[in-house]
Amino acid sequence: MSDNILLEMKHIHKKFPGVYALKDVNFELRAGEVHALLGENGAGKSTLIKCLAGIYIPEEGEVIVKGQSHIMKSVADSQAHGISVIHQELCLVPYLSIAENMFLGRERNIAGVIKRGQENEEAKKMLSRLGLDFDPNTLIKDLSIAQQQMVEIAKALSVKADILVMDEPTASLTDKETEVLFETMRQLKAEGIGIIYISHRMSELFAITDRVTIMRDGQYVGTVNTRETTNDQLIAMMVGRELTQLYFKDEVKPGKVVIEVKDLVSPPFVNGVSFAVREGEIVGMSGLVGAGRSETAHCIFGIDGNYTGQILIDGKPVHIRSVRQAMQNGIAMVPENRKEEGLVLINSVGYNLTLTVLHEIFRGRPLGNSRMENDTITRYIQELAIKTPSAEQLAENLSGGNQQKIVIAKWLATKPKLLILDEPTRGVDVGARAEIYGFMNELAKQGVAILMISSDLPEVINMSDRVLVMHEGKITANLGKNELSQEIIMSFATGTGGKVNAA
Amino acid sequence: MPLDNTLKAQNGFVRYFKENMGTLIGLLIMCVILSFTTNGVFYSQRNLVNVLRQVSSNACLAFGMTFAIITGGIDLSVGSILALSGTLSAGFIVNSGFSVQQAVIAAIVIGTCLGLFNGFVIAKTTIPPFIVTLAMMQIARGAAYIYSNGQPIRAMIPEYQVIGTGYLGPIPYPVIYMAVFLIICVVLLSKTRFGRHVYAVGGNDKAAIFSGVNVARTKMLVYTMSGFLAAFTGVVLCARMASGQPTAGQSFEMDAIAATVLGGTSMSGGVGKIGSTMIGVLIIGVLNNGLNLLGLNSFWQQIAKGIVILLAVYVDMLKKRRK
Ligand SMILES: Nc1ncnc2c1ncn2[C@@H]1O[C@H](COP(=O)(O)OP(=O)(O)OP(=O)(O)O)[C@@H](O)[C@H]1O
Ligand SMILES: [Mg+2]
Repeated sequence: MSDNILLEMKHIHKKFPGVYALKDVNFELRAGEVHALLGENGAGKSTLIKCLAGIYIPEEGEVIVKGQSHIMKSVADSQAHGISVIHQELCLVPYLSIAENMFLGRERNIAGVIKRGQENEEAKKMLSRLGLDFDPNTLIKDLSIAQQQMVEIAKALSVKADILVMDEPTASLTDKETEVLFETMRQLKAEGIGIIYISHRMSELFAITDRVTIMRDGQYVGTVNTRETTNDQLIAMMVGRELTQLYFKDEVKPGKVVIEVKDLVSPPFVNGVSFAVREGEIVGMSGLVGAGRSETAHCIFGIDGNYTGQILIDGKPVHIRSVRQAMQNGIAMVPENRKEEGLVLINSVGYNLTLTVLHEIFRGRPLGNSRMENDTITRYIQELAIKTPSAEQLAENLSGGNQQKIVIAKWLATKPKLLILDEPTRGVDVGARAEIYGFMNELAKQGVAILMISSDLPEVINMSDRVLVMHEGKITANLGKNELSQEIIMSFATGTGGKVNAA
Repeated sequence: MPLDNTLKAQNGFVRYFKENMGTLIGLLIMCVILSFTTNGVFYSQRNLVNVLRQVSSNACLAFGMTFAIITGGIDLSVGSILALSGTLSAGFIVNSGFSVQQAVIAAIVIGTCLGLFNGFVIAKTTIPPFIVTLAMMQIARGAAYIYSNGQPIRAMIPEYQVIGTGYLGPIPYPVIYMAVFLIICVVLLSKTRFGRHVYAVGGNDKAAIFSGVNVARTKMLVYTMSGFLAAFTGVVLCARMASGQPTAGQSFEMDAIAATVLGGTSMSGGVGKIGSTMIGVLIIGVLNNGLNLLGLNSFWQQIAKGIVILLAVYVDMLKKRRK
């Protein structure tokens, strides 16, 4: 590895109203290295990146790009300095095509008239480099989140940049796509490109990075060579204490059946799904992207009211055609996509926390019971340790992990019998993950039935009493605790597994 | 290569028909009904040319409106800017001794500047476009009344009138203007970088910003354009009437919005096409004309328009949901 330094950020400070997001942060990137930024949710990683991308301008500090001191004043400015960024939040325009999105802001044109053919061709090349064979004319809105993420990556790669920043690119990807990404990153490294990589998945850091810079609470903690460190050391630096255990799972004796689903069908993704979940049980639901897991949950939660089949709650058949009805039956769901389905981003933390229990707050009181409202808000901010300067802070200003905690909290407030969690720890740091696992364990002990959809296999294996594996809209396996391994789950998820086990 | 090109052009047309199937069928049904109920009067060349001329002003406003709505905004000030520019053009000639050319250019420049002002405020502050252009709607209308003392300004000057009354062969000038703006706007929106930025700003402005698109400039251009189109239309209308009318263009913004929405442009931004808006314009025009021919008064026309809008948007939504 050469010592050729591409980028230096020195003594960076950035404040937001009520939040000191970056306090004297240092960072350095060499040519041909993958340098990870590691830190808990809210540590300031994305903020640092945005200071580099020209979205925020730091109040203090120096940015040196290829030997030149220069604070980025706009996105275009940053791009002109050879910096290309994949942001944490998907930044694609839904009604534009893949190619149009890839060239947004730097359209191939003659005198302002776009050369569509050339764009499509270049886009096609870039996509195939990532092993994708989409038609570049496909509209973004017709792609899944994971596919959109891949387009986002292709877009960043199509910029001739020598500094490439990836803020949690793998959060919504499966292992297969992640591997393609890593392969591409290795090629880029060989070409001398410097890559800043952010991820909460520790195993990825060891797979792909050369160095790791750790941040905590907006401060620089240190930089280590990946080869000379350990998982535990990184976590300790990041959390500021030893984290002895990530997964908390006590043995709970399952009670009576809370929900039973029989022959659930809702084409094209759900093709005959039957299962049951008992009190105190955590049932994992595994499968590839597009296997119909979220869609199954949507039927149960009344989002998709057009299913056929039967749902029994406490043994009684129920009609669930709307979310309201699902809630009345004691069902809660933490959706997969917190920004779009989980939160009203432009409203406050407090507003979001009480959205599901408004009917209680306003019961018999046209103006609402503000004491109850405040109690609920304080209680959940404390109980889930949501990091926010106040309940008035806007949800969009919180870090990903804290946003996720709000979504979980707002559904816990409904005191559900059945809690469906769809990818509960996506983009959530290890510390917060341990906390979320802790709540799940607590809830199970209190007798709540939990259905956890997750693509994170270690999470599924460690937290579930039982795992349902889905493939092409059907349940292909129902695996007990002692049968669980990544290989077995994957074999059923890809449809190559053996016959369906008896339930 | 020529083969390739015709193929592409054909695809464009096929796509256009597919995308606008609902509204085109609606328009067709209306025409068929009118051909039975009006004893062919509807299809007389005179009447058809008439319809086109009548819709031309709404069309120009609706083109600008389509841009504004695609960016996720709206322009409520077009009717008032139209009135102000029209009044000014007549006034400049009659009161200030401008030549026709000078008067027309000055009036259009002023209207365009008001559009630019809208765009500037919208781009540089967080005041919603609805509010900004609502304010401009009041301001421009007020200015038109003040300038004219609330009275029409008569300007019986042939050189001026011809702008609105002239013909190129059998085709009235206003129809020509409409056709020219139609082509320019279609190209701008679908072929250029600016057009793509318009979609990006309305579809996901954060993505646009993060991709280095100059969002502020895009918005400013859009409202400037809308202002220009309104001002131009105002001059044409007043020239045709040989009089600067401060009351001109009342609630024209509503017809422009209606046509845009009929064409399938989403009020939440990011989606829409000029060609589809043109169909919306024609539907409203044919509806007005048809009801006129049938002898129904304009109050009924309003009710019919309301019903058609609801119906069309509902059908459009059904179509989208099925996908
Ligand atoms: N625009 C903003 N206004 C106010 N506060 C903000 C804003 N953006 C970020 N913050 C705050 O700054 C801190 C750092 O946030 P940042 O998004 O950089 O964290 P992160 O390390 O990227 O976390 P995650 O891993 O969850 O993505 C957080 O406390 C967040 O709430
Ligand atoms: Mg982040």
